[in-house]
Amino acid sequence: MRNQFRQLIRSGKFMTGFIIFNALVLLTIFYPIFNPGNPLAMIGFDSFIPPGTYFSLYDSVNPNIHVYTLRIPGADEARIQSLLPMDEREAMGEWLIREGVPKEQINIEDFTGLLELWFAHYNPDIRIDGMTIADRRFYQRLNAKVEGIFDIVDIHLYTYNNETEEYEFQAAISSEDYIRLRDVVNIVRLPLGTDNFGMDMMRKLVSAIGTSLLIGLIAGSIATVIGLILGLVAGYVGGIIDEIIMFFSNLFTVIPGFVLLILISYSIGQAGRSVTVIGIVIGLTAWVWTTRSVRSQVLSLRHRDHVSLSKLSGHSMPRIIIKDILPYIASYVVMAFILQISTAILAEAGLSMLGLGPRTTDVATLGLMMNWAMVYSAHLTGAWWAYYPVLLVIALISFSLNLMNTGLDQVFNPQLRN
Amino acid sequence: MSSKKEVCLSGTGVTKVFGFGSKKTVAVNNIDFQFHSGELVSIVGESGSGKTTLIKMLLGLTSVTNGDIFFMGEKRDISSHRKKKEYWKGIQAIFQDPFSSYNIFSKIDSVLLDCIHMRGGRRLPREKKLKMMREACSFVNLKFDEMTNKYPFELSGGQMQRLMIARIFLLKPKILLADEPTSMIDACSRATILDMLLKLRDEINMMIIFITHDMGLAYYVSDTVYIMEKGKFVEHGNADEVVLAPKADYTKKLLSDVPKIHEPWDFRKSGKS
Ligand SMILES: Nc1ncnc2c1ncn2[C@@H]1O[C@H](COP(=O)(O)OP(=O)(O)OP(=O)(O)O)[C@@H](O)[C@H]1O
Ligand SMILES: [Mg+2]
Repeated sequence: MRNQFRQLIRSGKFMTGFIIFNALVLLTIFYPIFNPGNPLAMIGFDSFIPPGTYFSLYDSVNPNIHVYTLRIPGADEARIQSLLPMDEREAMGEWLIREGVPKEQINIEDFTGLLELWFAHYNPDIRIDGMTIADRRFYQRLNAKVEGIFDIVDIHLYTYNNETEEYEFQAAISSEDYIRLRDVVNIVRLPLGTDNFGMDMMRKLVSAIGTSLLIGLIAGSIATVIGLILGLVAGYVGGIIDEIIMFFSNLFTVIPGFVLLILISYSIGQAGRSVTVIGIVIGLTAWVWTTRSVRSQVLSLRHRDHVSLSKLSGHSMPRIIIKDILPYIASYVVMAFILQISTAILAEAGLSMLGLGPRTTDVATLGLMMNWAMVYSAHLTGAWWAYYPVLLVIALISFSLNLMNTGLDQVFNPQLRN
Repeated sequence: MSSKKEVCLSGTGVTKVFGFGSKKTVAVNNIDFQFHSGELVSIVGESGSGKTTLIKMLLGLTSVTNGDIFFMGEKRDISSHRKKKEYWKGIQAIFQDPFSSYNIFSKIDSVLLDCIHMRGGRRLPREKKLKMMREACSFVNLKFDEMTNKYPFELSGGQMQRLMIARIFLLKPKILLADEPTSMIDACSRATILDMLLKLRDEINMMIIFITHDMGLAYYVSDTVYIMEKGKFVEHGNADEVVLAPKADYTKKLLSDVPKIHEPWDFRKSGKS
């Protein structure tokens, strides 16, 4: 036993899985401690705010914040470039091509080169075939913008006085004014942006990992306990009891577990679907596999000499099962348990994707997050942060658990080792 | 000489069938036997002839498909756990493979302790139990202090099988079924094991049913020999009769496999070397 533990610790596969899995568990424990708050609070009025650090624009013009003047080389260029976004540069390139500028000369990445070409060739009066009036207007506006782009002027701030009903000058912000980000009172970090509800994705994701692990644990334990007991009894006692248990397990094999899961979840109804209930339901539909494999292990064990000897020593059946059979299949049961957790988490995800998972208003689960990302077509609007991190976490959980399983298998079933 | 003694284990029409249909195997086929107390019976047969299956049936570990087994003159009744336990106080076994006879998760002390408990010694003081275990170990030339608190895998095959004999020493059954107890261990310890079995037999006056596929060995240790071929007893009788004047072809074939049957087989000497 101790030797096998040592082997486990040295097994790269097991340890990798173990570390990834525990990292996820630790994340669910410590992230909420350092970033307290309700994971389901709707902080955003827009849906799918991209990841990033946000600071309050209003607070940033606070007269108490010290303004520093910094002369940074390249700052103006960067600003000008940011004023001319890529799609407008593409439009400029298109105009130039139609005007007859060879394609090779145009490089929209090269900002100064593009502007040079533009100033050399653009003529608002030229009519180009196939160009609508709206297009021409667009290019005229664009030209005005391009021409004015180098005029860097101060921005003046006014506040509205309600009594006099006039705007009063407050301050002028020059292009070289900087404030320290830390001095802004309200800063929000959204490492994974927000989802369609405007909830902080990171906080929600962490809470969802916790929920999914809990469901996995509940379902995995139930499935393993039921599977273990039924498998032990069927395998050891045999006879009619074995036949009854095998009949039911065959029944469950024929009906796909997931279909059963959908039917049960549906019949429970939205109101009854709490995390615990979903965990129990998944557990109740997942024991078959464990039962069958435990049974077959027991069948091969029960005629072993040490079991016969234990019988000859007058031991009772429960004692033989617990002391002479169970230890031999213990490692196997642990492996089955790990796999059950992994399948249960995937089952929850699948169920929630169909909208049959736990109630949305109570908790976040990985499946529900995927479900809402899908409903609000995050994959079409380019809001990758609403589903990629969730997918990644689901993959990581399943990957780490399976890795642990393979590691265990190699240690406890050494014939697989090469 | 055996006819004078009482019959302690007998059977009529004992049959064991495994599986059904095309997978049907008749492991033991309608056999009759009478084993008398105090004698040493050998059952000889090739691999797969059904020896182990017969032993398991005699022990009540597998069900009997057909036929009856009588123990001490009465029809055997092992319908409940209590009755089985009572039965196993009188009939015990040593198995073929010492390496699979132990629960690898339990210390070997528990094997011996179980025997003491089986004989009703559960309430005995600890020192008394230790003394009994020490005595049993020294009977098979093992030092209890070197054995205690060890796990089975820390023992050699020979030591394991000797400990099995120590177990029988503690249980003192009327009948011992020894299923090729020496087939899995090296030649040197083999003689020692046999030696100890015979010594134990003299000590507690039990009957031994000795399973083997070695005619020579059977001849030198046993009073009565049963020859088993494909689940049937093809010949039985006094060891001298069967070996020196075999009737069945199968017996002759088995005998021809033994190289030097007429020279004394000196397992006792090699046991001491
Ligand atoms: N549990 C079982 N299920 C099906 N067939 C079995 C079972 N146990 C034994 N058999 C079959 O019964 C026959 C006799 O087996 P058994 O183990 O009694 O032989 P044996 O004489 O002890 O052989 P060996 O000398 O190799 O130990 C074999 O053909 C075997 O395949
Ligand atoms: Mg055998």
